[in-house]
Amino acid sequence: MTEHFAALQVVLPLVAAPCIVLVRNRTFAWLAATAVSYACLMIAVQLASQVAASGPISYAIGSWPAPWGIEYRVDALSAFLLVLVSLSAAMIAPYAQRSIAAEVPAELQYLVYAMYCLCLAGLLGMVTTGDAFNLFVFLEISSLSTYVLIALGPRRQALMAAYQYMLMGTVGATFYVIGVGLLYLVTGTLNFADMAERLRAVEDPRPVLAGLAFITVGVGLKMALFPLHQWLPNAYASAPSMVAAFLAATATKVSVCVLLRVYVFVFGAETLFERLPTGALLITLSLAAMLAASMVAVYERDIKRLFAWSSVAQIGYITLGIGINNHAGLTGAIAHLLNHGITKGAIFVLLGGVALRCGTGSMKLGEFAGLGRRMPLTAFGLVVAGLSLVGIPGTAGFITKWYLIQGAIARDQWWVVAAILVSSLIAAAYVWRVVEAAYLRPSPAGAARGEAPAGMLAAGIAMVALCLYFGFETSFSVGGASDAAADLLLRGAR
Amino acid sequence: MNALAAHYAYWVTIGLMVAGLVILITRGNLLKKLIGLAVLQTSVYLLYIVPGKLVGGTAPIVAAGFTTYSNPLPHVLILTAIVVGVATLALGLAIVVRIREAYGSIEEEEILARDGAEE
Repeated sequence: MTEHFAALQVVLPLVAAPCIVLVRNRTFAWLAATAVSYACLMIAVQLASQVAASGPISYAIGSWPAPWGIEYRVDALSAFLLVLVSLSAAMIAPYAQRSIAAEVPAELQYLVYAMYCLCLAGLLGMVTTGDAFNLFVFLEISSLSTYVLIALGPRRQALMAAYQYMLMGTVGATFYVIGVGLLYLVTGTLNFADMAERLRAVEDPRPVLAGLAFITVGVGLKMALFPLHQWLPNAYASAPSMVAAFLAATATKVSVCVLLRVYVFVFGAETLFERLPTGALLITLSLAAMLAASMVAVYERDIKRLFAWSSVAQIGYITLGIGINNHAGLTGAIAHLLNHGITKGAIFVLLGGVALRCGTGSMKLGEFAGLGRRMPLTAFGLVVAGLSLVGIPGTAGFITKWYLIQGAIARDQWWVVAAILVSSLIAAAYVWRVVEAAYLRPSPAGAARGEAPAGMLAAGIAMVALCLYFGFETSFSVGGASDAAADLLLRGAR
Repeated sequence: MNALAAHYAYWVTIGLMVAGLVILITRGNLLKKLIGLAVLQTSVYLLYIVPGKLVGGTAPIVAAGFTTYSNPLPHVLILTAIVVGVATLALGLAIVVRIREAYGSIEEEEILARDGAEE
């Protein structure tokens, strides 16, 4: 049984989705989605401990050995991401019931859970697979289900947001396939490890570099790398709350994992960071994201969009760590996948509670006035998660900034350190706007009082608690990230 | 000129790729954008299929008298990609239908103007 876990965590949600559609019952759908999420979490934890104990797991689908068959590969990086994705899913699935019931018409609710299962299967598959084309298929499974989930949002703006995300996402996926196609033409293989092996014997690097460029832009679109981020704020702001929370916690992070895999495993650090200016490019785009997107967030009036812009900025921290390309920088980047995923997940889960109580599809800053008295626990949770975005010591966000700064100092890039500090100050400014509205302004007359339903509140508070937990106890977050970074550096250096 | 003629399939691929992207970016009509997307995806099918064909190559079945075989793998990959493309297009059209129901228009500028007026 355990030897099939690597495949099982993708197969379970993939099978659950059609079952949900056949049964057409929303309670069954919710129970099935929740059960699958927890089963995936247990499998992910089991796989992670197995990888930590005895090294990477390679699983040949259908017993066809790689490079002919499709290989599923769980190494330190993918085990870390598996835990992040399934942990977020397990936290958000129980919460979904009340939130979805309030925001989606009753006859469509079971479809939300079916799409959610497909999205989960796609994301987990993207993390595990060792085959370039199989990755494209999983990318499209998760993307197509995401477009549907966003289009189910309560306001009509959700349709345009889904349409625009669909265009940009499909262009991104198509660019990825073009890139893979060029690499396939040169190497004749689709297995990442085999491809890396054969690329070293390639004489003329021009098609390979073209492939690299296509893959970078394609994956960059999916992970909202700075100039390619336009789809993100609208998508997060108009999706149903539970969907926004799940996407904010997982979707862009998984794309970062894909980028790391292609960059380090296939091309290797020497090609990327010594012969090509990849590092300088990534650092420039990351700094632009950290500063520009944070500034937009400061002036944004819609709270969900404010935190969505903050997501664009936080992706900048992750790519910054990749661009710095030393052990501390990569550890910071990978740990930030988890720390930011949990933090932003917590924020969107709590915002879902506010949306349920205030009944507003679009959430303006003015409607947050007096939230500290109307929904004290929710407002407090938002403040703590906000502090984690800023990077106050004692929260998860601090840990990653600490490693990023160490990485930059080791490379003597003091201006990067300065940019991290400036970006944190801007983050403090936009978080302060939320705090100021929630605590220092009086409630509007006749505003609804009372916390969100217990189940929803519990999910939010649990995720906020995780933000604090990963701020103190870093053996999993930094430990796992450090293992993954060491593995990446080792394999990239070959 | 010879290189141009010998690789004409690649030039067609590149032409389709650019044409698709140009339609996607410059048109304001949501349906026309989808057409651009479909053209872009089709160019990728060609990019994979073309190198899989050998002149004089046959289906990869071992038999007496045949020595050159075409590579079947690109075809299989592109079958998958076509399925994905069909699903994307179907979803895109469904979203456009819903947009027309909600806004009464499928022109990007009009829709954005209506959203702006609502704010």
